[in-house]
Amino acid sequence: MTIFLQVILDGLMNGMLYALVAVGLSLIWGVMDVINFGHGEFLMIAMYVSYWLGFIFHIDPLFSWLASGAFVFFLAALTYQLIIKHTVGKPPLSSLLATFGLAMVLKNICLNRFSPNFRLLSDTVLGGKVLHMGDVIVSMPQLITALFSLAVMAMVYVIIHRTRLGWTIQATAMDKEAAELMGINTEKIYLLVFGMGGACVGIAGGLMPSYLAVHPEVGTLFGLIAFVIVAMGGFGSIPGALLAALLIGLVEALSGFYIAPVFKYVAVFGLYLVVVMIRPKGFFGW
Amino acid sequence: MKTKRFEKKDLIWFALIIGFALLPVIPGVFDSSFTQHVFILILLFACMSQSWNIIGGYCGQVSFGHSVFFGIGAYGAGMAVVTYGLPPWPGALVGAAAAALVAVAISWPVFRLSGHYFAIATFAMVEIFNRLFMVWYWVGGALGLDYPFVDEGIKNFIWFENKIPYYYGALVLFIFIFGTVRWLERNRLGYYLKAVREGQKTAESLGVNSTLVKLLAMGISAFLAGLCGAFFVQYNYRVDPAMVMSLDMSMKFVLITILGGTGTFFGPLLGAMVLIPLQEYSRAYLGSLGSGVDLIIFGLLIVLVIIKQPRGIMGILSDLTKKRPASNEGTRRR
Repeated sequence: MTIFLQVILDGLMNGMLYALVAVGLSLIWGVMDVINFGHGEFLMIAMYVSYWLGFIFHIDPLFSWLASGAFVFFLAALTYQLIIKHTVGKPPLSSLLATFGLAMVLKNICLNRFSPNFRLLSDTVLGGKVLHMGDVIVSMPQLITALFSLAVMAMVYVIIHRTRLGWTIQATAMDKEAAELMGINTEKIYLLVFGMGGACVGIAGGLMPSYLAVHPEVGTLFGLIAFVIVAMGGFGSIPGALLAALLIGLVEALSGFYIAPVFKYVAVFGLYLVVVMIRPKGFFGW
Repeated sequence: MKTKRFEKKDLIWFALIIGFALLPVIPGVFDSSFTQHVFILILLFACMSQSWNIIGGYCGQVSFGHSVFFGIGAYGAGMAVVTYGLPPWPGALVGAAAAALVAVAISWPVFRLSGHYFAIATFAMVEIFNRLFMVWYWVGGALGLDYPFVDEGIKNFIWFENKIPYYYGALVLFIFIFGTVRWLERNRLGYYLKAVREGQKTAESLGVNSTLVKLLAMGISAFLAGLCGAFFVQYNYRVDPAMVMSLDMSMKFVLITILGGTGTFFGPLLGAMVLIPLQEYSRAYLGSLGSGVDLIIFGLLIVLVIIKQPRGIMGILSDLTKKRPASNEGTRRR
């Protein structure tokens, strides 16, 4: 029973992290109908930013998420200006393919500069700390990351649904031309949304190097899982992304423990296929 | 009015292909084994992309799952030879048939999805197959399948000294696959495919059974991709999941076609003629600058093409040769 609870808890904590990675993607997809294939690489870059800040300046990931979030915000904004802007209105998958090219460039720049070595920040404030809840052991860095993810998601949700800026974003998502007629600068909204999507994944990545090793390939799987979460939750839906992410975290942990570690992603992607067969637009999709 | 089977333009292209076929006999042009290797890869990747083009280009269903069919073709052909001792020729057919069967079986439910949802479902498929093959000991697991060293010759389709026989093998494959697509393009099914691409609902309202059409196209497409896989395993002497059943391999099918021109007959060939030499020569000559430089350039090129000319090289060519008003038929081809 203890083991079962432990697996469930680990799954949920991972799920919350996935949710934050996915929510950025979901936002971009929902508002602009663009798939950013470089999303996982943004995560990887954020991890490197946080890692180097920790390694050179001894700044703890607990604080450097701010820097990595901001860094990826600007990286995403730059990506929008240089690439995405030119793919809006082109055949639907051109953004996906162009960002695939971008992902390739980013991944290989990191490979070239930083070597394929795995890097982990060893002496962080939370590193290695655990919390005992009965017999269940909670890794502190993971817990803090998970709670942070929930907080950031809540913030994004509030921004989208409760603020004036959020309403303009929603208006842009619903009907771009009508929004323009109402005096909304949709170009600017797109830029901002793309940056926000980047910042979400940047914050997630900034917190991770204290318990997960950084290497140039680290983002790829996270990126794929984020796609699956977004499509499973229904595009543009933040609660959908959270629900799908928690479900995927659970399935990953349970199948990894009770079947075999190699089958966990088979189970994750299989679950996705089952869900979209039943609901082709995901849980909350329209 | 009956459409002509062959137009003047085709004859020019066939002359070019025959010229291409004769290249290896010109000494000095084609004598280094590396150049031969590049030419073989150009043909192979042109074939692979053309097989993708049927479903992704003509039918508009952008599948990222083709490395699965390529991989099953390669594994099927490899297993037929390694485990059952069949000659490679029936082995290739076994591999391709297996690829077609799997493709039809998994596509039938997935075709209910469209757009990004379809694309992501096909990603998921690649990841599932990749991981299953990694742990499936019958096919060698993560270690992959090593090809036995049998007698060389046409019967076993294996040569050790020289790459030229492989070149001709690839050429035969090329003619077969491009011929099939040419036939398809002029066939009723080809028109149905384009109708489904331009508007599935409209096509259905005119009596096209879009699911059947898509399944047929997927079957043909996967069969041809499987044949390419069978050639690959013969040429490469080994196969493992990371090599053939990865997302990167799937993306290559798509990117080459996009670079050349999606949904055009010669697009895949043009794309392969540009991308493959770029990839191979930059790997050979820029490798000394440190790992990844070739792929950085490769990625930048992809980004540039998609942004600047999403219709690919065929788009550039058609802009160069004829200035047509934007509303004309020629510019609507994607």
